[in-house]
Amino acid sequence: MQGALEDFFRALRASDVRVSPAEAIDAHRTVAKVGFADRELFKDALCATLAKTADEVDRFDRTFDTFFTRDTFVAAPPPEDGDRDPMEDLPPEGGDSELARMLMAGDASALAQAMEEAAERAQVSQIRLSTQRSRLTRKLLEEMGLGEIERIIAAARRLEDPRGQAAGERLDAARQALAKEASAYVERQHELYASESGKNLREELLARKALNSDGGIDPVDQAMMQALVKRMAKRLADRYSRRRNVAWTGHLDVRRTLRKSMGYGGMPFDIVFKTKKIDKPSIVAICDVSKSVAAAAQFLLTFLYSLNEVVDRMEAFAFSGRMISVNSLLDENKVETAILEVLKQIGFQQTDYGRSLEDFCDQHLDQLDRHTTVIFLGDARSNYADPRLDLLATIQKRSRALIWLNPEPESYWGQGDSVMHRYQRFCHVAKPCNTLAQLERIIEDVLRTYIPH
Amino acid sequence: MASVDALIQGLESVGYIASRRIATSLFMAVNLQKPILVEGSAGVGKTELALSTAALLGLPLIRMQCYEGLDESKALYEWKYGKQLLYTQILKDRMGESLADAADMDAAMDRLHGMGDLFFSEPFLEPRPLMKALREDDGCVLLIDEIDKSDEAFEAFLLEVLSAYQVSIPEIGVLKAKTPPIVFLTSNNVRDLGDALKRRCLHLHIPLPDAGLERRIVASRVPGIEGELVSQLVSFVQSLRTLDLRKSPSISETVDWARALILLNADALEPEVVRDSLNVLLKFEQDIQVIEPQIAELIRKPLA
Repeated sequence: MQGALEDFFRALRASDVRVSPAEAIDAHRTVAKVGFADRELFKDALCATLAKTADEVDRFDRTFDTFFTRDTFVAAPPPEDGDRDPMEDLPPEGGDSELARMLMAGDASALAQAMEEAAERAQVSQIRLSTQRSRLTRKLLEEMGLGEIERIIAAARRLEDPRGQAAGERLDAARQALAKEASAYVERQHELYASESGKNLREELLARKALNSDGGIDPVDQAMMQALVKRMAKRLADRYSRRRNVAWTGHLDVRRTLRKSMGYGGMPFDIVFKTKKIDKPSIVAICDVSKSVAAAAQFLLTFLYSLNEVVDRMEAFAFSGRMISVNSLLDENKVETAILEVLKQIGFQQTDYGRSLEDFCDQHLDQLDRHTTVIFLGDARSNYADPRLDLLATIQKRSRALIWLNPEPESYWGQGDSVMHRYQRFCHVAKPCNTLAQLERIIEDVLRTYIPH
Repeated sequence: MASVDALIQGLESVGYIASRRIATSLFMAVNLQKPILVEGSAGVGKTELALSTAALLGLPLIRMQCYEGLDESKALYEWKYGKQLLYTQILKDRMGESLADAADMDAAMDRLHGMGDLFFSEPFLEPRPLMKALREDDGCVLLIDEIDKSDEAFEAFLLEVLSAYQVSIPEIGVLKAKTPPIVFLTSNNVRDLGDALKRRCLHLHIPLPDAGLERRIVASRVPGIEGELVSQLVSFVQSLRTLDLRKSPSISETVDWARALILLNADALEPEVVRDSLNVLLKFEQDIQVIEPQIAELIRKPLA
């Protein structure tokens, strides 16, 4: 059972339930306590020790069911004539084949066991990709001795004796059933050990994929990206909001303690501690949704949306020709609708950075104070209009930090109508950001360094 | 505590209808001596489970409500500052007397050392819930309620208590529980808890119950209620949960509603009665407005 448990842990890890060595030890203790006789008890007890979130409980249940299910093995029907040796009619080649005997006798449990053993030799549980399935099935069957069976069948077909031929037919049918079983077995192993890794692989690729490349993101990947971005934003917000919660009593406030103790004749009965005053930071995010960033716009907006969901104090704006506040849009709609709505209202026009900055400074400048971090998302391509550097300077002066995330690679900055180089002077941070992985790293840096706490 | 089935029966005898999964988790928690982290939406009986366990085992229950800003001095211990102050006053008065015949400063210091340092000692210690729980020699049930509301620093501080059932007090030393308490932590998932904490606990997620379980819960919580009415109101509540509401009713609301219906002398669900008592079940005005026109239809729905 030791080995089986270890395999089970591996299957759990493959489906994204974390099992640390310490948890594995707990699980062993659990099993020692409850035993496996009562399957339901065994399952619930293991679940309580191993799964740590409601999500993991779901995955645990699924993995457990797949792992501890052994399908009933349907082999060839047992020979009608029970008394005769099932091997008798086969050609002499079949004489000492163990597998042929099991198949002809329809011995399901022996076959199941043989398959488990063969699977171990063929290392089926190392399966990673769905494309390995057919090869591993073949290998599994070879390990079981399929070659021999095929030779016997071929020999039986050459026989003159009709009974021998019939036996060959039966063996052939059993072989096909066996092949089906083997393929189902491999499929199950794949499900156990690899189903999640395919997804992980895609997520990983997606995280590194440049988001402003032609065509943007595959619609298939859209949902996955949204989930990724959301997870990321949540993680960031977790750290971000935690900082605010630091409220502790620390050093003695001597001045106030002495004043309070006057009533007690100088005896400091009421002692007062200094409390830490905590800044409430806020974020102002401004997102470019013009034509030039069309490919990345969705990604930028998804991020904006997720950030809005997880950060308490955030003002969101979007612009291409003019600038509008999109807070209410983000608050009231689901992510897809919100993004479409923003794009519908203002998206894909000619960018005019100067005008947009004007709009911002005219109407929303009071949003900025020394606790505010301003995040700009855009490519700084201004169609040769006046970039209004003076306004960006004002924004920089009024806010705590100005961060510019540009979906274009750094080598493009300043080429053509890009004024990134000129804007860059006023930014505390200006970084290219066109993959999720990059975005995550940057935001993390930014939060660590520039968010007041 | 002999087996899971015995535990289910035991809990039932103190009025808690536990599913098998709940009982198994509790059984493992007691046997492996691990704290148990109970998650689930508000009102599914997380706190109730701890109370019932205490009642079942006949152990005292020590409850600690967590909130933002909760720190060691409120959770573990505090020094009785006023008493310490008085002590120093007495000490000062007595000092002159007892040191009067010392030959010189060194001798006085020696004598002072000999008097013992009472200032930071147990009599001046004001125990708070965690420490009380560790000092219960015959064990107890410790309920750390809504741990997700506390700060991360506090969560980290809890780790020592939860894994070794001991705390270190710098001035005195390590205080270890003779009998480890049975610890319940509850969480509504306001924030994600740290892995370190999760790793030290058994995890139990209490979902909203299915109709059968909920009927049994209502029947046991509201004695004397008609079986017919129980089925009706449970299926009503169950169908409410399938709708998109701001706050779905949970078990405690079902039970409250059942009590309210008894008070209103209702022996069957009538649209009139339901309309009058809907505010027991739903906590948002919008939800009530959404449901009101559908009441008759929801009552007619076949039993779940």
